[in-house]
Amino acid sequence: MNFVALRMLTGDRAKYFGLVFAIAFCTFLLENQTSIFANILKRTASQILDVTDAEVWVMDPQTEYWEQTKPLKDTDLTRVRGVPGVAWAVRLFKGNPVAKTLKGKFAVTFLVGLDDATLAGAPRKMLLGSWQRLSEPDSVVIDQAGYVLLFPDEPLELGRILEMNDHRVTIVGISDASAPFASLPVMHARYSEAVNFLGRQRTELSFIIARPSPGVSPAELTARIGAQTALRARTTEEFMWDCVRYYLKHTGIPVNFGITIAVAIVVGTVVAGQTFYLFTVENLKQFGALKAMGVANLRLVGMILLQASSVAALGFAIGTGMAATFFEIFLHKLATRGIVLMWQCVALTGVCILFVVIVASLLSIRRVLVLEPAEVFRG
Amino acid sequence: MGDAMSAHDVAVSCRQVRKHFGEGDTRIEALRGVDFDARFGELSFLVGPSGCGKTTLISVIAGLLDRTAGDLSVLGTAVDALSSNERVLFRRRNVGFVFQQYNLLPALTAAENVAVPLLAARVPRPEAVSRSRALLSRLGLSKRTEALPSTLSGGQQQRVALARALIHEPRLVVCDEPTAALDHASGAAVMELLASSAVHPDRAVIVVTHDTRVFQYAHSIARMDDGRIVEVSRPNGGVSTTGGAHSTSKEVFA
Repeated sequence: MNFVALRMLTGDRAKYFGLVFAIAFCTFLLENQTSIFANILKRTASQILDVTDAEVWVMDPQTEYWEQTKPLKDTDLTRVRGVPGVAWAVRLFKGNPVAKTLKGKFAVTFLVGLDDATLAGAPRKMLLGSWQRLSEPDSVVIDQAGYVLLFPDEPLELGRILEMNDHRVTIVGISDASAPFASLPVMHARYSEAVNFLGRQRTELSFIIARPSPGVSPAELTARIGAQTALRARTTEEFMWDCVRYYLKHTGIPVNFGITIAVAIVVGTVVAGQTFYLFTVENLKQFGALKAMGVANLRLVGMILLQASSVAALGFAIGTGMAATFFEIFLHKLATRGIVLMWQCVALTGVCILFVVIVASLLSIRRVLVLEPAEVFRG
Repeated sequence: MGDAMSAHDVAVSCRQVRKHFGEGDTRIEALRGVDFDARFGELSFLVGPSGCGKTTLISVIAGLLDRTAGDLSVLGTAVDALSSNERVLFRRRNVGFVFQQYNLLPALTAAENVAVPLLAARVPRPEAVSRSRALLSRLGLSKRTEALPSTLSGGQQQRVALARALIHEPRLVVCDEPTAALDHASGAAVMELLASSAVHPDRAVIVVTHDTRVFQYAHSIARMDDGRIVEVSRPNGGVSTTGGAHSTSKEVFA
C-alpha cells in the first residue's frame, strides 16, 4: 500500500507542492536565522578562538568577557608560571586604539599585543607578509577586512603607514583574523609596542595565556591557577561560552532573533502542520473506502506516516539546499565572513521539522482512526 | 429460482436485527428488527425511501457497523463476534464494495484502483495490476486501464468500481446505489455487467437502490420502511409480507 499512499500524496500537485514548500521555507527560515544568530554570537569570542596555541586564559576575577578587561599586575604572570602543570604562560594585551591613515581615514581597532619573544596568541593564517616581521620596530599586522575598511578600493600591499597614538606604524602583514563582534579592524603587534600604540597606563596586562604541561588537562590547570593565584582562569572553550552568555544576557540580540525563530517555528508548524492535516481530512473519504475494503488501521497509520515523512524529507532537503545556497551567495563577503550554515542548526531544524510532522501526523492519524468505515456510504 | 431455501443457500441471514445511534433524546432507531436473507447466486435488492435504514443494514451486514441486537450471520460467520482485526480480515477476504460515488482513488489509474483490494491482501503490485488489467478487459475497459478516474465517464468509473469489488473474488458484494449517479443507459449497462459478472453460485450480491428501472435484474426485492423489512418479493412471482404493510409488488415499485 506504500505506493498507494505516495500516489495519494502526489496526486494533487498543488497541495503536494504546497506542503513541500511550506516545510522547505520553514526549514530555510529556521536554519538561516539560527545559523546567523549562532555565528554572530560566536563572533563575540572570535579573538579568543583565534588563539590556537594557548588553552588557558587567566584574567582578573571580575572579568566576565573578552571586551571587559581589568589589567593584571606584572607579578601575576610570574605567579601563574609558578603553578604546577603550566608548560608556558605569556602576556596578552588587548586595547582599542584609533588607527588613522595618511589620507585621514580612521577607525577604532582591536589591537592585540603578542608576547615579544614567542608571538604566542597570533592567528595562524596570514594572507600577506609574515608574523616574524612584527619584530621590526613600529610594525603591525592588520586583518583583511580592517585593511579594506581603512584603505578602500586599494590593493592589498604591505608597507602602508598608519598613525596610532602619535606613532607611525607600518603594516607588515595582512592576516585572516576572524571577524570580531563589533566589525572593527583587528590588529596585532608585539606586546611592548602595542601598549604604546594605545597609550601607557599604570598596568597593561589584559590577559595571561598559558598551555598545560603534557598530562595536565586545561580544566585541571584552570582549577590549579584559580586556587593558587585567586585569579580567574578559564579554558578557551569556557571563555568563549562566557562571552556568548554575556551577550545573551545583556543584549537584545537573542530577543530579536528569538522572535524570528519562534515565528518561523510557529508559522512552520501551523502552515505545514495544518496543510498536512487538511490534506488528510480532504482524503478521509478515500481512507474510509480503504478501511471498508479491509485495509487495517495499522496500515493506514503507516500510509500517513509515509506521506508525512516523505513530505518532511523532501521539504527539509529543499529548505537546507536553499539555506546553503543563501549562505554561499550572500554571506561570502568580507563583512559576513565566517557566517556559515552550522550543522548544529541544520540538526536542530531537523528536530523542529520532525516535531511539526509528528504533531500533524498524530492529528491526521487520529482522524483516520476514529473514522467509521460506514461513513463511506454517505454520499 | 425457487422459493424454497436451504441453509447452505443463505449467504446472509438477519433475524430481528436492531441498530440504534445515540442515546436519550438523540437516540435514533435505524433498524427496528430486520429479518432479511440474501442467497448465494442471487442479486438481492434492498429498496425503500431515504432514511429507511437500507444503508445502515448493508453496513451492519458488511461488518462496518455493529448491530445493537438480533442475530446476524454472514457467510456462515457471526460477524459481530469477530474481533476488530478479524473483522477487517473478514471484509478484506469476503466482501466487495460498490459505492454510489464510486470512491475511486483519483491519483491511481483504473487498473491500480482495481488492484487496491489485492494490494491490501499483500499481493505483489505487478501481479495485482496485471490481474486488474485482465478483469478490466473482461468488463470492456481494456483501452482505459491506464486512465485516471477523472478522465472516465460515470459509467466507466462505476465499471472500474465494480471490477474493484470483484477482483479479489469475494463471496459477498455490497452495492450502494450503484446506478444513482448514472443516466439510464449507463445504469442499465452497469446492472447488466453486475448481473453477468458478479452473480456466481458461490457469491451473494446485495444492491441498495432507488432506481426502479433496474428492478428487472433482481432475483429478490426486499422493501424497507422505517427500519423494517416490510415486504419481500421475487419478480418471477410471490410476495411475502414481513411487516405491517400488505402491498403488492406493483405497489412497492410504483
